[in-house]
Amino acid sequence: MSLLVNLGLGLLFGVGLVISGMSDPAKVLNFLDLFGSFDPSLAFVMGGAVVVAFFGFRLAWARPAPLLAPRFQVPKRTDIDVRLIIGPALFGIGWGLGGFCPGPAFTALGLLAPGTLVFVPAMLVGMGAARMLAERTD
Amino acid sequence: MTEFTPVASLIGGALIGLSAVLMMLLEGRIAGISGIAGHLLPPYRDGGFGGRLAFIIGLVAAPFLVAAVTGAPVVQTVSSNAALMAAAGVLVGFGSVWGGGCTSGHGVCGIARLSPRSFVATGVFMATGFITVFIVRHVFARHVIGG
Repeated sequence: MSLLVNLGLGLLFGVGLVISGMSDPAKVLNFLDLFGSFDPSLAFVMGGAVVVAFFGFRLAWARPAPLLAPRFQVPKRTDIDVRLIIGPALFGIGWGLGGFCPGPAFTALGLLAPGTLVFVPAMLVGMGAARMLAERTD
Repeated sequence: MTEFTPVASLIGGALIGLSAVLMMLLEGRIAGISGIAGHLLPPYRDGGFGGRLAFIIGLVAAPFLVAAVTGAPVVQTVSSNAALMAAAGVLVGFGSVWGGGCTSGHGVCGIARLSPRSFVATGVFMATGFITVFIVRHVFARHVIGG
């Protein structure tokens, strides 16, 4: 049940990425190119997603618990630490170089562009390294 | 140039938001792709591996579903500079997990939760993303792709 639910949720998320144009790195890079070939589409994607999630989350949280899990698992931290600056700073540099963030990179995987086939394994290496390093420092 | 697509982007964004809402309603979790993908790698702390893998398979399958329904192939332009894409991949993977989220976990879900940490993270990755593209395209005057 959970497997099918997660498959469906990933599919819905991915269809959203493809329809919105975000599976195309060129569109993302043009959003980031404020002083060149600026394409504001990404702001509309985030705007649409945030508005739906803002109201939808509050409807979900009105229930005592999720439908398929014992409790809601929402991050509670509010402190701003160095990791919260370093991590996103590095992520943004990689995003600006390749035009991929993790979701679009996975939706691009099956289309087999040579750059994607380099990017996704490299991304998984980076993720694994961060998890190992976090393990040692926590 | 890429075409500005406000309507398609707003609809696609709403579907992303809907997926995040259903993830919260059904599983009680944040739909953050870097968290989902990062936890496919060890160390394993919970029994969520299968669900995470299923979600990622759904992401990978999505363009084929869209192409099958619309009858048009999904168009994209990806740099074929292997060194650039390898560096970009490592930075995206490391940075998103190290910072506890990416465009989805911080940028969409975190902002929607009004999390101060996610506002900071989103501001930082947007800023370094803008700066990186500015340097690549306007300081070095190199159009990597799609410009």
